[in-house]
Amino acid sequence: MTDAAVRVRVPAGLRQYTAGEASLDVDAGALGETPTVGALLDHLAGTHPDLERRVRDEQRRVRRHVNVFRGGDNVRDLDDQDTPLEAGDEVSIIPAVSGG
Amino acid sequence: MTTLLMIGTRKGLFLARSEDRASWDVAGPAFAMNAVYAVAVDTRRATPRLLVGADSEHWGPSVFHSDDLGGTWHETEGGALRFPEETGAALARAWQLQPASAAEPDVVYAGVEPAALFRSNDAGATFSLVEGLWDHPHRPQWQPGGGGLCLHTVVPHPTDPDRVLVAISASGVYRTADGGMSWEASNTGIAAWHNPDPYPEFGQCVHKVARHPDRPDEMFLQNHGGVYRSRDGGATWGEIQAGLPASFGFPIAAHPHTPGTAYVYPLVADAHRMPPDDACRIYRTTDAGDSWHPLSAGLPQERAYITVLRDALCTDDADPAGVYFGTRTGEVFGSADEGESWFELARYLPDVLTVRAAQVA
Repeated sequence: MTDAAVRVRVPAGLRQYTAGEASLDVDAGALGETPTVGALLDHLAGTHPDLERRVRDEQRRVRRHVNVFRGGDNVRDLDDQDTPLEAGDEVSIIPAVSGG
Repeated sequence: MTTLLMIGTRKGLFLARSEDRASWDVAGPAFAMNAVYAVAVDTRRATPRLLVGADSEHWGPSVFHSDDLGGTWHETEGGALRFPEETGAALARAWQLQPASAAEPDVVYAGVEPAALFRSNDAGATFSLVEGLWDHPHRPQWQPGGGGLCLHTVVPHPTDPDRVLVAISASGVYRTADGGMSWEASNTGIAAWHNPDPYPEFGQCVHKVARHPDRPDEMFLQNHGGVYRSRDGGATWGEIQAGLPASFGFPIAAHPHTPGTAYVYPLVADAHRMPPDDACRIYRTTDAGDSWHPLSAGLPQERAYITVLRDALCTDDADPAGVYFGTRTGEVFGSADEGESWFELARYLPDVLTVRAAQVA
């Protein structure tokens, strides 16, 4: 990862939308003046639309059984999609435990 | 001739194929762990197209299509079915993927949750919201049924593309005669016993509607209590449940060739959703609902606590017609002789949500 990047950790269930890659590095400079989790997901909507729409619905709400972490913190416990990011951060997309 | 039976289950799609409708090869699951509520075999095209709505518990709903009978599946980048941003709504599930008439070979309708109708003009690759129904003044008063507030039934007119009937739980039947611009509730005669006024303009819990293409004004309807017939294209409805052991149930299917012949699967009652006598029996009418006859040869007749969901009963387009149904306990039963005799086509599947069949080669 370059110093200027945010790294996105992609769960196994979504790697078919990243050509098998377990992570994506996104240049923090591509996320606007104040990079946030929402800006990162907006960026992915352009570069990886079939990945992004499995994380958020068409109203840009993170799906109920998906968790997004900045480092070790669930962004639902921070500022949701307004959670700020900076170069060097890792953002993990992790499915919640659910189903039967 | 190959007959293809699509079986959508709570945990994926199974595809059954047969050359003689006696011996079946069942493959799957595709879309494992996705709930497949909506499937279609679109035989209007030179190459049949399969359509699937698959819902991931985590990653949300998606629509896929295949032009090689399920060998490979494709989705539209960004998603085929999306609510416009200004609606504030998000797709929860595709309940119905319904090819329109042969007069419009590229038109496919999608009925979804939250209750809305979408139309595709490119055979299911992309869909647009039918705004005339979304903007209906009744919509804020629509109440969800047990399955959510869903538009689960789309019945296009066989020859007039401007006329479409839909059913919404628990809001009832709506019809358009101008291609979707305007819609009217059309529930006259259908009871809503969960309502203080049992015959409201809308609010009925209609479970399924079917019709035969050669007799487009005659329609059959399985209600949440009550089986009905219309002879004026859905404008008014009358009861036809005399002769059935119970009036509750979910699916109703029309015979593919013979007008006036239809199939239902009665359950005892809303409060007891098991078949009468704990025996698995399809009932068939051949006189448009004036009389009904049980079909049970080859079906379990003792201690069979089997239920069939609204889209889990279908016919194929062969002659004589095949009839198929899947159960919440994971069996699929088929008949190659219009329901006279039955065989078990699959067992131990996840809960069967929908079945659709057609000859594909």
